[in-house]
Amino acid sequence: MSDLATDREIDRSKMQVSDEVAIEINKMNKWYGTFHVLRDIDLTVYRGERIVIAGPSGSGKSTLIRCINRLEEHQEGQIIVDGTELTSDLKNIDKIRSEVGMCFQHFNLFPHLTILENCTLAPIWVRKVPKKEAEATAMHFLEKVKIPDQANKYPGQLSGGQQQRVAIARSLCMKPRIMLFDEPTSALDPEMIKEVLDTMIELAEEGMTMLCVTHEMGFARQVANRVIFMDAGQIVEQNEPEEFFNNPKSERTKLFLSQILGH
Amino acid sequence: MSNLHADTVAFVRDTMLPQKEPPASTVGLLGWGKKNLFTGPFNTIVTILCTAFIAYVLWMLIPWFFSPTWNATSLGECREMLTAAGKVGEHGTSGACWGVIRERWIQLLFGFYPAELYWRPILAFVLLAPALAPVLFSDKVPGKLLIFSAIYPFLFPWLLWGGTIWSPICAALGFVILYAVVKYGSEAIGQLGAIIAAVVAALVWWLFLSGYVQDGLAAVIPLAIEPVASRDFGGMMLSITIGVVAIACSLPLGIVLALGRQSDLLIVKSLCVGFIEFIRGVPLITLLFVASTLLNIFLPPGTNFDIILRVIIMATLFSAAYMAEVIRGGLAALPKGQYEGADSLGLDYWQAQRLIIMPQALKISIPGIVSTFIGLFKDTTLVSVIGLLDPLGLSNSIRADQAWNGIVWELYMFIAALFFLFCFGMSRYSMYLERKLQTGHR
Ligand SMILES: Nc1ncnc2c1ncn2[C@@H]1O[C@H](COP(=O)(O)OP(=O)(O)OP(=O)(O)O)[C@@H](O)[C@H]1O
Ligand SMILES: [Mg+2]
Repeated sequence: MSDLATDREIDRSKMQVSDEVAIEINKMNKWYGTFHVLRDIDLTVYRGERIVIAGPSGSGKSTLIRCINRLEEHQEGQIIVDGTELTSDLKNIDKIRSEVGMCFQHFNLFPHLTILENCTLAPIWVRKVPKKEAEATAMHFLEKVKIPDQANKYPGQLSGGQQQRVAIARSLCMKPRIMLFDEPTSALDPEMIKEVLDTMIELAEEGMTMLCVTHEMGFARQVANRVIFMDAGQIVEQNEPEEFFNNPKSERTKLFLSQILGH
Repeated sequence: MSNLHADTVAFVRDTMLPQKEPPASTVGLLGWGKKNLFTGPFNTIVTILCTAFIAYVLWMLIPWFFSPTWNATSLGECREMLTAAGKVGEHGTSGACWGVIRERWIQLLFGFYPAELYWRPILAFVLLAPALAPVLFSDKVPGKLLIFSAIYPFLFPWLLWGGTIWSPICAALGFVILYAVVKYGSEAIGQLGAIIAAVVAALVWWLFLSGYVQDGLAAVIPLAIEPVASRDFGGMMLSITIGVVAIACSLPLGIVLALGRQSDLLIVKSLCVGFIEFIRGVPLITLLFVASTLLNIFLPPGTNFDIILRVIIMATLFSAAYMAEVIRGGLAALPKGQYEGADSLGLDYWQAQRLIIMPQALKISIPGIVSTFIGLFKDTTLVSVIGLLDPLGLSNSIRADQAWNGIVWELYMFIAALFFLFCFGMSRYSMYLERKLQTGHR
């Protein structure tokens, strides 16, 4: 694993953390049946933050970010996204989902639709944007992720890295204010990881609020403003990347870092 | 490789090899035969045995098939013709008696439908093509034809059964009411409430009001074509009518049942499971008997509930249960990620189902769906058991005729050929559809 996500200088002019709260999680608990998977999670994310969530397998990282857009239901505590609390009210859930973009490990593109249709589907049906306008927006974002020429192909005809960039473009077409990433690069070959990370870095440079579950520590070092370490369903440690990597406090963090960084 | 090593490990090619023709024994007819028919002794023996068998069957069949009996008017006459032609074997004359087909083919197609009105079923089935085209070949046919597809379900029964033009219009009005209540009621009482209210309103219209309105309108503006009673329906026309309607209705019903079976709502789920398991556990023929006899006991006396309609309902329910299971298989084959992808974009349940889940699940299930269709179409022959005159029912009555008493093969072959035509068509279409919907490489 290379130590850096990119060789170029990162433009930090728009990467500003405001004091406006984007996501607030209070004493949140979640169980799968009787298994207590998330325990007393407290987390406040400010607009413009780039947070990387790390931790060993099975620690509940995916579950945590999936709770934020209600792909999983929490049983106790509060999750407030953009001022709307997540309850079982379907209206709230749909509202939050259309404001929060999500990228998955396995892309989850719709294989029966072209790339362009993948990108225009939600704007047309959820946001009720006219088709022409939705297509223009989609092409704009496809250009941004550097695959406008693939617009009329099907996902199955693209490489993994290209598919993940389409998935990012698809989320962006909904003009989300927050982006969630669940191990977006861990199903990819090394040379494709870089192109996806580049896209994510550009997104960060534009000031997007991002929560990323990832094992790319180079990305965490260069882009994140905060790294959260989870273990056994709890937030064990969080800090600025510099401090987190150079001066971890908890024994679990030290162990994890020594394993993942290989020294 | 080995002598390469003997010389030296390093190797540089200095002349590039030109492209060569493949060996003659691997291309062309010879190559094809060698690869497909004569690979190894076992394959060769199988090929020879099969060829011999096919040749033997054809040898026996072809003389029987080509027999000069087209103009015969009775089985006896057939035998005379065959004797005259010298086609006499050890067991008497041998040869098909095609006279029965010449004399009765029209009846096998139309039953006892009045001959002067044949144009109506013919027109109805011809119009089926433009009505189906925008559905079956959506990429090659202008979408505007869909309007005709929407009108067709009302036009079709009117052409077949005849009667006043107001009855299909009133039936269609029920759907207009359904749509209007859902559309304008959703804001007032929420989506679920509006759907329930719409169904109730439409049922009230169909069951109680539309009859009066229809009679009233018919009295004022008497636009009607000659009515034909259900008992005059028969032959292939009857099979196709039952088959087409039941096929068209069982797919949507099957989808609803499959979704209901996956529902989180316990009541909905148990109802769907109960229905599917019950219907699948009962032979179609018992359902048809229920349709023909038992239903009369439950219906209020004096109600006139058309027998063909009853059979269609039973056939629809029967194949919908199978359809639901086929579609459930398709749903189960979809990765969970597809649901999550749709959810994460903010699509609601029905949008996700309609735009993401169903297109893929149905595509996966195409072979199963078409098999169910074909099964249903062939099962329509069972209606002969409850006295409807489908081709098989007619063949019995034809064989009961003095002139044709003793005919077996010719009639069944003809009927089989008719059914094969339709079923083979459906099967070919499903292959076309699978190829068309193939996206991505794999
Ligand atoms: N649907 C489920 N039902 C029951 N248990 C589950 C379910 N999903 C996850 N779990 C369990 O919850 C725990 C946390 O899972 P989660 O997927 O959040 O881990 P993770 O930190 O994302 O791990 P990884 O790095 O392997 O993705 C695991 O022990 C897992 O076995
Ligand atoms: Mg995970």
